[in-house]
Amino acid sequence: MAGTTLFDKIWESHVVRAEPDGTTLLYIDRQLVHEVTSPQAFEGLKIAGRRPRRPAATLAVPDHNVPTTDRTLAIADPISAKQIQTLEENCRDFGITLFSMNDIRQGVVHVIGPEQGFTLPGTTIVCGDSHTSTHGAFGALAFGIGTSEVEHVLVTQCLVQNRPKTMEIRVDGTLPDRCSAKDIILAIIGKIGTAGGTGYVIEFTGSAIRALSMEGRMTLCNMSIEGGARAGMVAPDDKTIAYIQGRPLAPKGDLFEDAVRAWQQLKTDSNARYDATVTLRAEDIAPQVSWGTSPGMVTGVDQNVPDPRTMSDEKTKHATERALEYMGLSPNMPITDIQIDKVFIGSCTNARIEDLRLAASFAKGKKVAKTVHAMVVPGSGLVKQQAEAEGLDRVFREAGFEWREAGCSMCLAMNADVLQPGERCASTSNRNFEGRQGAGGRTHLVSPAMAVAAAVEGHFVDIRNWN
Amino acid sequence: MQAFTTLTGLVAPLDRVNVDTDQIIPKQFLKTIKRTGLREGLFFDWKKKKDGSPDQEFFLNQPRYQSATILLTRDNFGCGSSREHAPWALLDQGFRCVIAPSFADIFYNNCFQNGILPVVLKSDEVLSVMKEVLGKEGYQLTVDLGNQTVTTPGGTTYRFDIDPFRKDCLYRGLDSIGLTLQHEPAITAYETRRKTEAPWLFADLRP
Repeated sequence: MAGTTLFDKIWESHVVRAEPDGTTLLYIDRQLVHEVTSPQAFEGLKIAGRRPRRPAATLAVPDHNVPTTDRTLAIADPISAKQIQTLEENCRDFGITLFSMNDIRQGVVHVIGPEQGFTLPGTTIVCGDSHTSTHGAFGALAFGIGTSEVEHVLVTQCLVQNRPKTMEIRVDGTLPDRCSAKDIILAIIGKIGTAGGTGYVIEFTGSAIRALSMEGRMTLCNMSIEGGARAGMVAPDDKTIAYIQGRPLAPKGDLFEDAVRAWQQLKTDSNARYDATVTLRAEDIAPQVSWGTSPGMVTGVDQNVPDPRTMSDEKTKHATERALEYMGLSPNMPITDIQIDKVFIGSCTNARIEDLRLAASFAKGKKVAKTVHAMVVPGSGLVKQQAEAEGLDRVFREAGFEWREAGCSMCLAMNADVLQPGERCASTSNRNFEGRQGAGGRTHLVSPAMAVAAAVEGHFVDIRNWN
Repeated sequence: MQAFTTLTGLVAPLDRVNVDTDQIIPKQFLKTIKRTGLREGLFFDWKKKKDGSPDQEFFLNQPRYQSATILLTRDNFGCGSSREHAPWALLDQGFRCVIAPSFADIFYNNCFQNGILPVVLKSDEVLSVMKEVLGKEGYQLTVDLGNQTVTTPGGTTYRFDIDPFRKDCLYRGLDSIGLTLQHEPAITAYETRRKTEAPWLFADLRP
């Protein structure tokens, strides 16, 4: 008998029923909710007089709009304040657990799920947010949905889904010194393109993936959506189990032992087939810097900005010309010549404790360049607390970085943290779309280590030989 | 949800690839707690020039496309953020159908939740129609969901694929939640079985 993939096993165990054409009613174990994509879903419940089926299977937190400055002050933007207040009212009315803005457990929704032990292997997890793919790092099937589907899950604990195809992305070998999960995923997106994973669920395999910490795997899976795949996943192993054990919402005692036995079976059989396979060698992955307005427009820091005149494909050529114009870059200029104005270390991609430890290790004893404004935004209140206990905040402050409260912040600039038109930012976030960090702002996606080095030097440098 | 059967309407061209949902509707319009009134935010940054004045080159500012109901665009439309504000804004502008060579998954799903039909045609078919749209004012297409066809004014007919279940729901304008609730006994049976298979998934989650 043909074997099955990790994805197949999770999918099969969540089928409630299937239509003749294969359309499946899929059971959803967990839902995460934030303030931006949920108000209309709760409004739908109220209008139809419906109640959540399992309110305890949902966890809510405000993250997109929250200020990262002094939280004892009122939110300056009344519309942002209203959206956060609406989430609080909805959670109260429908009996949903909420970590409010002043709760130490508040943070970016994709940081707090794993941190609390809400995210577990073998589960289906959704959120009205495309970066829900992050949770796949635990061997869960986790994907972003729209607001109508948020409402659907609240009422029925199910979603109507078409079975995606499977793609294996295998990365074997050892990463160059100071390269990280962020460089792996940017290199993957550079290779497959931003639509390369459309219609697929990705499973990341290979020795370079196994070697990653849970934080690194979250960074990797987080950006699966930037390659077009709604979900990315890594099979659980001892690191996964060690990370989960003892977390507040994780199973305890005998239940935990039972769960671990089940989780140990969650892997792709050796005779299973994927619908597509892509391979990379870790040794070939240089520190990555995006140069354009789509995450696939990315290259190694030791390369030059591409030249559209050399491109034969009309579509690529035109998109490149447009991107270079928006980004204010010239063809063939070395990436290391790009001067920056701002640095943002944060987001659901790179704001966990390990990211901050690594960034601090490079910032220690250095000074942010006079021409650069740099900020660090921890992924959650608990990450911030831990970082402060380790003295990382002092390292950052002494180097000239601002040390902020937890939230999505300048990843999408819904709060007050915004790029001005024409400003250029080295960012550890996940999207470099036009205007993403502020209308007219220019974003370069990099790893935390590369962001620190850029902050200090005022331009991109190759972290492999920076000292 | 409004049903979609056939639509004959004016076509607006957006000749760009990888149009992400941040462009379809930028972040400042996501602070709303309503689904309606998002027309102003549609392609907000692309409607303006750098100095803030309207960009007359952009299709939405041209009188000839004001009453368009069909948007014709290029590969990977709707990539990026899951924001359903993107289809809400398109709907608010009057679009009921988007035609492209490919769509991002989440956006594609979100369209069906809002009575918008996303149609996938081949790249060369889209390019050919794009040329015709740009060349002729008042250009209309007829989109027939029942027969899964798009017909040009010249009589050329293109076929498109769509999952039968989705097609049926959109064609009849069915309430997706109401439909799932008809299977409540199956959901309960699943939960009962699952509680013995994986009891840790049903442990009390209240912190």
